[in-house]
Amino acid sequence: MYRILQTVLVALFLFTAVPSGLRAEEALRDLVNALGEAKLSDMDEHIAALAKTGDPKVVAILEALGEGNLYARKADGQVFLTKESGSSLSLTDPVSGEAAGEAPKAALSKVKVNNGVRRAVRTALGSLTLLSPDRNARLKAAQSVLQSPNAEALGAIENALAGEKDGEVRTLLEQARATTLLISERPVEEKREAVRTLKERGGRGALSILSSALGSADETLKPDIEAALASIEQDQALWAAAQNVWYGLSLGSVLLLAAIGLAITFGVMGIINMAHGEMVMLGAYTTFLVQEVLRSSFPGLFDWSLAIALPLAFLVTGAVGLAMERGVIRFLYGRPLETLLATWGISLILQQSVRTIFGPTNREVGNPSWMSGAFELGGLTITWNRLWIILFALAVFAALMFLLRKTPMGLQMRAVTQNRRMASSMGIRTPWVDALTFALGSGIAGMAGVALSQIDNVSPNLGQGYIIDSFMVVVFGGVGNLWGTLVGAFSLGILNKFLEPYAGAVLGKILVLVLIILFIQKRPRGLFALKGRAVEA
Amino acid sequence: MTIRARVTGAFLAAVLSTTAFNGAFAAEDTIKVGILHSLSGTMAISETTLKDAMLMLIDEQNKKGGLLGKKLEAVVVDPASDWPLFAEKARELISVDKVSAVFGCWTSVSRKSVLPVFEELNSILFYPVQYEGEESQRNVFYTGAAPNQQAIPAVDYLMENEEVERWVLAGTDYVYPRTTNKILEAYLISKGVKPEDIMINYTPFGHSDWQTIVSDIKKFGSAGKKTAVVSTINGDANVPFYKELGNQGIKAEDIPVVAFSVGEEELAGLDTGPLVGHLAAWNYFQSVDNPANAEFIKTWKAYTKSDKRVTNDPMEAHYIGFNMWLKAVEKAGTTDTDAVLDAMIGISVPNLSGGYSTMMPNHHITKPVLIGEIQSDGQFETVWETPGLVVGDEWSDYLPDSKDLISDWRAPMSCGNFNVATGKCGGKGS
Repeated sequence: MYRILQTVLVALFLFTAVPSGLRAEEALRDLVNALGEAKLSDMDEHIAALAKTGDPKVVAILEALGEGNLYARKADGQVFLTKESGSSLSLTDPVSGEAAGEAPKAALSKVKVNNGVRRAVRTALGSLTLLSPDRNARLKAAQSVLQSPNAEALGAIENALAGEKDGEVRTLLEQARATTLLISERPVEEKREAVRTLKERGGRGALSILSSALGSADETLKPDIEAALASIEQDQALWAAAQNVWYGLSLGSVLLLAAIGLAITFGVMGIINMAHGEMVMLGAYTTFLVQEVLRSSFPGLFDWSLAIALPLAFLVTGAVGLAMERGVIRFLYGRPLETLLATWGISLILQQSVRTIFGPTNREVGNPSWMSGAFELGGLTITWNRLWIILFALAVFAALMFLLRKTPMGLQMRAVTQNRRMASSMGIRTPWVDALTFALGSGIAGMAGVALSQIDNVSPNLGQGYIIDSFMVVVFGGVGNLWGTLVGAFSLGILNKFLEPYAGAVLGKILVLVLIILFIQKRPRGLFALKGRAVEA
Repeated sequence: MTIRARVTGAFLAAVLSTTAFNGAFAAEDTIKVGILHSLSGTMAISETTLKDAMLMLIDEQNKKGGLLGKKLEAVVVDPASDWPLFAEKARELISVDKVSAVFGCWTSVSRKSVLPVFEELNSILFYPVQYEGEESQRNVFYTGAAPNQQAIPAVDYLMENEEVERWVLAGTDYVYPRTTNKILEAYLISKGVKPEDIMINYTPFGHSDWQTIVSDIKKFGSAGKKTAVVSTINGDANVPFYKELGNQGIKAEDIPVVAFSVGEEELAGLDTGPLVGHLAAWNYFQSVDNPANAEFIKTWKAYTKSDKRVTNDPMEAHYIGFNMWLKAVEKAGTTDTDAVLDAMIGISVPNLSGGYSTMMPNHHITKPVLIGEIQSDGQFETVWETPGLVVGDEWSDYLPDSKDLISDWRAPMSCGNFNVATGKCGGKGS
């Protein structure tokens, strides 16, 4: 009797419990497989349905969908999470989480995503992961609910807020709550509070939320929103000025990098070097080659690619510079016109050979992770690559100053450029000093190329874009004076950036040129003119 | 005297022998095809690929037995991104090399510079690049997109699918972006967009410092309305633009950028990870899945002996143009310009996006319009396409100067700018 009862109970258990688990799994599987057949316009509903199940597996599925890693098998319409492995894809079952072998790409079709789908995924993921035990996941979730507010998520946000301990996540959640509140049906008083929270947050994000809320807001709330908007805008105007200075410094550092090599070859040695831009270009191509080798042989070292490329670029372009000086330029000292033509010819030759070897199209030079993205500093957005380039430009400048002022080689260089015959009489081998100085200038241009490859195209035309600007900086700053180049570069950068918002990029550039022409009329020797006998000689 | 006579004799002999050689060469009987694309200078980046594509197409055709029983012979010249040189080289191709048709040009200014030459010497030019319209010439066939085959559908897509209400029209400062933006502005206003919701911005060629403009776009986009950028930024300036967008954290989900001059070739120089979801409008993507395209890509990779080379929209335009020309010559039975010009209209050939393109009487062709999103592998994924083919509209209906003009090169009208209001041939433009 007892035994029968036991069997019946077990059977009952099996009949109810197990199938209900199975049934939930089946339902989830159906929902996932439906993604494979859904039209882009219906995806929103499918994603919402998935999110509604509240199943923890949904997070991984939605993440894969957002990243474009969800594929449907053409044969039976089964949808899988995939990972690239060689030319085929390795499959994972989305419901059981078990590996499901590999399949060639041709046998699968990707579940299509567009911006709308990605937005829906972001919203769904936001409310799903708000309670995640992982702090970073919660932070990301808070950011996404802030970015794509959804009135239905308000309850979830308040729920999460009640249990949140982490300060940063809390602030974000509070802002998210305020944002969501504004579009919800809550009473005006709560909304007023929300406006205050957003006003404190400030920034463009708050501006955007408040101005979109303004249109549909209650009449009694409107003055509050308008006041908040005005105060944020005032704040923004101040920050905008600071941001402009930063952009100017950043443009200035690029100009400085491009011009500093020329400050040696043209400024110190007086050679009109039209091939200067091509040295920059060769430096950038060296970076490309270094990255290619690292990508194929040592992928782990990719973040070091720039550090490895720097000395190599210096050596490569320095050697090209040395060859140029020994082969062509030394025969042309004292004949500026011929030098100009000869170096221009060399620049064309270099360009076309690079085009022949590497092809005319852009080459991909990646940003190492420490040079990607941006961070916020008050109301400023500072991008990492720009920050590093400013620091790098200043470092190169300092190193060059040190070399010229404190080393025997620098002493010889200055001696030769100031009074060649005297230097020669003192036993300095002036031809070699000339060659080394030119190589140094070229090498520095090559290093600039490494930095510029991070923000510009790596194409055979790279150098052309910088040659005019470089000459402009050197002439404006005062030929023969490195400090002049520094000050010239930064003042031109800032001037350009302050003109740009008012005059536009095209007119801004023209205005800068006009101002320089007027300035040169007034002070033909530039900002910092060299004085003394060397100038007259 | 004797010496001079001997020298003259030798010279004459030399001249004779070269002509004899030329004669022998001609006796082999080839049909010459001119390729007028810059292989050096700034435009080499885009145009070299088209030269290669043309050589491949000619090669393939010769394998199939040539044309009218003769082999095709490519004559390649390098106009070096120098606009006046384009006209000189075009003249050289037509009058010295006696080519039957020319495939070439990229920028509008180079096309404008060769137009008088083609008209004067009565030859045929196939122009493969999307352009601003406002032109229809007897001697030119436009196989790239007119504004209504690229710009306007893209804006429609953003309006309908992304519900965009605020627009940034950013472009490089020259004729194509300026005209396109003028058309787009008129179009947007006709759709009820307020003028203060449109921001227009021009930058010089090769602009590399995008910090201010990208932050302006961010600011413009924070007015509480969905914002999108319509980019007619050309060539090299795109890489730093997209890098800055990525670094300043402008995501496609928030402010999408739709570009008209960014294709697979341009993306090849970029890490596209941060750009996923930004858009481009073209008439062809390498990722289009159909047998004709798969075959084309295979041939291209084999021809260039590189697995990494990508295909793009202007290449497809040459593919269409070249096949149309072959068909027209076969139909006319001769390569004579006038006969081919007549035969061209109505010719229909398969395109690579899975349909047929037809040459219309206005010398523009029918094409589908595809909107694609950038993927992390540097390819595009089609997210939308026009239900049918779109006929290229040379004179925009949205510009007051050109809305009354039409073009029809069939007899008896034979006019590139017929004014329907006055009923006369010859209006604004050329």
